[in-house]
Parts: sequence; structure tokens; C-alpha cells
Amino acid sequence: MFEYAPAPESRSVVDLKPSYGLFIDGKFVDPTDGGSFKSINPASEEVLAEIAEAGAEDVERAVRAARKAYDKVWGPMPGRDRAKYLFRIARLIQERSRELAVLESLDNGKPIRESRDVDLPLVAAHFFYYAGWADKLGHAGFGSNPQPIGVAAQVIPWNFPLLMLAWKIAPALAAGNTVVLKPAETTPLTALLFAEICQQAELPAGVVNIVTGAGDTGRALVEHPGVDKVAFTGSTEVGRAIARSVAGTRKKLTLELGGKAANIVFDDAPIDQAVEGIVNGIFFNQGHVCCAGSRLLVQENVADRVLESLKRRMAQLRVGDPLDKNTDVGAINSAAQLERIRELSDAGSAEGAERWSPPCELPDRGFWFAPTIFTGVTQAHRIAREEIFGPVLSVLTFRTPAEAVEKANNTPYGLSAGIWTDKGSRILWMADRLRAGVVWANTFNKFDPTSPFGGYKESGYGREGGRHGLEGYLNV
Amino acid sequence: MSERVAVRKTYKLFIGGKFPRSESGRSYLVQSSNVSLASRKDARDAVVAARAAVKGWAGATAYNRGQILYRAAEMLEGRREQFVALGIPGDEVDAAVDRWVWYAGWADKLAQVYGGANPVAGPYFNISAPEPTGVVAVVAPERPALLGLVSVIAPAIVTGNTVVVAASPSEPLAAVTLAEVLATSDLPGGVVNILTGAITETAPTLASHMDVNAIDLTGVTDASLASELEVKAAENLKRVLRPAPADHDWSADPGLTRMTTLLETKTVWHPKGV
Repeated sequence: MFEYAPAPESRSVVDLKPSYGLFIDGKFVDPTDGGSFKSINPASEEVLAEIAEAGAEDVERAVRAARKAYDKVWGPMPGRDRAKYLFRIARLIQERSRELAVLESLDNGKPIRESRDVDLPLVAAHFFYYAGWADKLGHAGFGSNPQPIGVAAQVIPWNFPLLMLAWKIAPALAAGNTVVLKPAETTPLTALLFAEICQQAELPAGVVNIVTGAGDTGRALVEHPGVDKVAFTGSTEVGRAIARSVAGTRKKLTLELGGKAANIVFDDAPIDQAVEGIVNGIFFNQGHVCCAGSRLLVQENVADRVLESLKRRMAQLRVGDPLDKNTDVGAINSAAQLERIRELSDAGSAEGAERWSPPCELPDRGFWFAPTIFTGVTQAHRIAREEIFGPVLSVLTFRTPAEAVEKANNTPYGLSAGIWTDKGSRILWMADRLRAGVVWANTFNKFDPTSPFGGYKESGYGREGGRHGLEGYLNV
Repeated sequence: MSERVAVRKTYKLFIGGKFPRSESGRSYLVQSSNVSLASRKDARDAVVAARAAVKGWAGATAYNRGQILYRAAEMLEGRREQFVALGIPGDEVDAAVDRWVWYAGWADKLAQVYGGANPVAGPYFNISAPEPTGVVAVVAPERPALLGLVSVIAPAIVTGNTVVVAASPSEPLAAVTLAEVLATSDLPGGVVNILTGAITETAPTLASHMDVNAIDLTGVTDASLASELEVKAAENLKRVLRPAPADHDWSADPGLTRMTTLLETKTVWHPKGV
């Protein structure tokens, strides 16, 4: 393995404040009851900033501000003008992308290479894409004059903090809704910088409101009677609770939840490319990816060869400082998530699967987990059924395409799947039968603002991205 | 010569293409007939039949599904007088036939209208297409007994879903007679299953059934029952169709929502290269 000199990205582009308020009605305000929590850097456990915790009264203020902006400003505004604000935001994100990327890596722990080259370009592209829809909604296939829903409550996870914000806010605003968004409690910083960008874009007050906090804040927001639409990305467990809580209301609901994707490798696949895809599928973003290829299904006759290549490739992965431009795998986002990954991995060993990790030095401070694979996994093992949401791959084998389909679909989830084969007709045959919202063939973990994303079964409902992504924010 | 004594019809359930009585042996008197009072077990049996039919029906070509639905419209037209004799206005039967025909035509068009290629920023072929969600539980509207029923069944099955329908408890004869239409329309057994009886008995079983993918609450007028069913449906995150009562204008253009709510969008990526 090559020795690399450290190549850290400078932190100086980020101007962190010691504390942040809530962003309500265009201004940063203190929470009514004065509660706060700390956001830390998961790679060093250093406190980054003190963050306001929104209580029920703050949520009330935010929803009221969003309602007023919807009634008076954003709802009546011509789509052409809404578009211009969104284009402005897209441009500001591009201009400040380096600052946002560094802040994202600091707060989340993901490698700067990913926040710089994946998250931020997609965030800007998402706003740019939906900006263009704002004055063309009558051509989107939802009737000649589709109407917005009203005030949207949006709750997002910590794995792609700013990208998930973009997936939520861009289509909502393009369609004419106003929003109250709650970022995850471990990764609120880029959302608060986004609030500054809204100010810089002179977005009318109240169109975007950001309330920070944990589960209680989120619950107060989605259960608020003044909310017309709820959009949530996160765990299936919380998604279920939200679906119950909106029962009997007229709130429109979209959910993007967990996954346990099968990444299926046939014996005719180009092995080196497939191994790159397997690595990207499970170790991208430390495996904190709802659509991660966390179950490798490899055809039995090539299993040994694939595993040998995979192990060799895994030994090249550089785990460490997220701000180092050479880093492949960054820090686990939180102590709680690290605990969950450990617990499930221990269950994997206890249930009889064989665990392997490359020799890998982990930093002393912060939250770290070495890239790990389990072989000899059966469908009954917890590590083959439950979402680990970490850099842990479960390897199973199959003999026939029909068996691969059977095993791939044997899960309550249905978010994504991967197929690796040289045979075109087999790709299409498999793609038809896999019960998953996104199927990557001879590639994995590709995203684009024009491409609808979302799950089957218990991975949720509704689609984000593309023309489909407008549907959740229009009264159709 | 004495007058001929009529042969009366026994109104039974429609499950898996067959006409069984309720396993509970119960019936109730409605519209001057004894109609099967479906039990929770009947509801579960109907889900099993519906699930078994998914593979064939969802896997049939869109053209084939369209033809079969059109055939159902032909059969319905042929039995027009039979429905009129049940008290259904002739206009309503005509509207129901027209609705079948309208939906039949969507079978091989919806994927083009609702899906398509996505211009992603990279060297990839990328396409989104709708697929059926699977087994759909439908609480049919109380009335209009025929047009309302057709308007909730056709949009669910035309795209490849199979259904378990809780028919109007107060006017179930149209539903059982429609089952006879479907049974003679080349529709595979199990694609449409019809339960007669009490909504309060069958609907909660269907809403909480873990092998049901979606539920249409159109016929649930009691708000607290609707909430209860939605809470049950959340357990496996069923897709829930719950149109606002104002949307129940059965003569209006139905739009696409009834179909699209019961669909999944699948997006497939593949690299381009030489």
C-alpha cells in the first residue's frame, strides 16, 4: 500500500459561531424556553457549536410564520418569480460550496472527497432542477393548474444533511409550498448555514423556517394541526409512528425509510468492476446510506474469487480524518450509531457468521468502525435482515437467477438493488422482478435530481427527484 | 297450467374465481335476499387468493390486461337488464360500462404517461416505469352500488394489482352480480375478490393484514373507523388512498390519482459505454 502524506482540507473557510438560534420568519431567534444541545465533530468529539432546541411553542411560531408566508407571499407569487429565488439559492450554494462541504464533513464525519464531489454538486443541481419547474407546473402531468398543498413539515436524517434538505425544500418551494424543516440533532450546521443563504438570496421571510432539535421537536412539528404536508426521511420505525400520527388527518404524507438492498453479482460480471461497485455500495458514506448494498448476493461458483478481490480492495481503503482528501471512509456519525453497528456486528458473530476486517488503524478519539464483511451469512441472521446503517457487508450466495430474485426480495424493505452481469437480457429480467424503487445495473449508488428515488414496501412511499418528486407537494 | 316457479339465485362471496359461502356459515338479509356475511377468516382467505394471483396478473402484458378489462365491459353491457332488475338505473349501468372501457384503455398507456427516460447528468441510461404495488384492499362506496364499485375496482386492477373488495353492505347484490361478470371475462381467478357483509368486520382485518400492500378507504364514511384503519395500515406502511368526500363525484373525469396511488415507480440505471 502506498504511503500518502496527509492532505487536509483547511477548516479556515468555515466561520463557526459559538451558538446558533432557530431560523423563524427570516430571522435567527432564541428558543422560547431557552433549551440547547451541542453538535460535535464525530471524528474528534470536539464541540462545534451550541444549538437551540425548539420546543412546542417555537414550532408553533415557525408554522405560523410559514402559514403567513404561504398566504401572503409565496402562494400568490408567480411561478416565474419563485423560480428566480430558487435559481439564486442554487447559485449561492455553488459559490459557497467549499465552505458547505467542509462544514458538512466537520459535522457529519463524512470524507471531504464525498461532501465536495457528491453531496454539494447534487445539492446545487437539485435546486437548479426544481427551480426550472416552478413556472412549468401545468406541464408536469398533474392537470393544467395544479395547486400547492400549503405548509410542509419536513424532518430529515443525519447521513446526507444538506442533500436531504435540498431533496425536501427544492420541490416544496418550486410547487409553491412553504416549509418548516427539522434537521437531525447530530448534523444541524449546514441547514443553519443554508438559512443564511436564504437571507442572502433575500428569500421572503417565513418561506423557509429551520427548527433544530431532536425527536420531541420533530414530533411536535409533524403533529402540528397547522401543517398540511409531512415529509420524512429516516428509519422505518419512526416512519411507522409518523404514519400513525397523521391517520385521520388530511395531511399528505411521503416517507423515505430504511433499506436492506441486495447487490447481486453473477458469474459473468467483470469482477474488478463489480468489486468497485460492492465497495462503493456498502462503504460509501461509512454505509450510512438507506440504499446501501448491504447484502452481497454472489453466484456460488465465483464467490471465492469475488471475496478474494474484495478483501484485497478493502485493504486499500483509507479510514481516518474526514477532512483529509485521501480519506475513503470517515467517522461514524455518533456514539449511538456506533453502538448500534457494534451490537448488530456482535450478533452476526454470535449467530455464526464469519467476520473479517482488513488491518486498519483507527484514531484514538472519535467514533470509528473498520470496514467489515461477514461471510457464511444465512437469510435468518439478523445481519441479513436488519438495517445496520454502517460499513458492514453481509455476504450470501446463490446458484440460479430465480434464487437470486427470491433472496433479494426476501425482506420487508424495497428501496434499492444492484445487478452485476454482462448479459443485457438478464439485467432486464432481473430488474423486472426485483421489488425495489431503484435498480442499479453494473453501477451502484448513483443519484441525480432528474431521477425519482424512493421505496417499495416498508421502505416508504412517494418519490423524490424528477417530475415524480413534484407530486408529493401538489394537491393531486 | 300453473305458473312456473322461479329458480332463485344464492348470493355468495367471490374468492379466487370461485363462489364460496362464508366459512362462518352466516348470512344476512338485505335487498330481500340472504347474502353471505363474510368473516375475518374469509377476508384472510381472499388475501391469500389475491396474493396468489399477483404474479400472473402483474406479469401479463399490458395489452392482455387491457383486452381482458375490455371483455369485462362487454360482459357488463350484455347483462345490462340484470342490473336494472336489481334496481340500478340504466344510466348508471351505461356509465359503469363506459368507465370499464375508459380504464381498459389505460393498461398500455399509463407507463408512457407516468414514466419515462430521465436525463441524468452522466453517461447512464436511466428510466422510470410504474409497477403494481401488489394486493390492494378496497372498501367500496356504499352507493352508487355499481358505478361506485366499478370506479374503485378498475383503476386498481388495470395496472396489475389484485384486489380484495369489501362491497357495499346495504346494496351488495350489484357486487355479487359484477363478480359473475368478471368470472366470465377471462379475468384470472383471484384478481378480484369480493366480500359481502359488515365493513366493521372485514376492513380492520384487511387494514392490519401484513400481506396487503395498499388500502383504498373510499367507502369508509365513519371518520373514527377511517382513522382506525389508517393506524392499522401503518404497521406495514400500506399505501393509503383516502379521497376527500368532495371528490366522490362519480360522473366526473376520474383522473389518474386512483391508479397512481396504487403504483410503485421503479427507476433503473445502466452505464453507457463501448
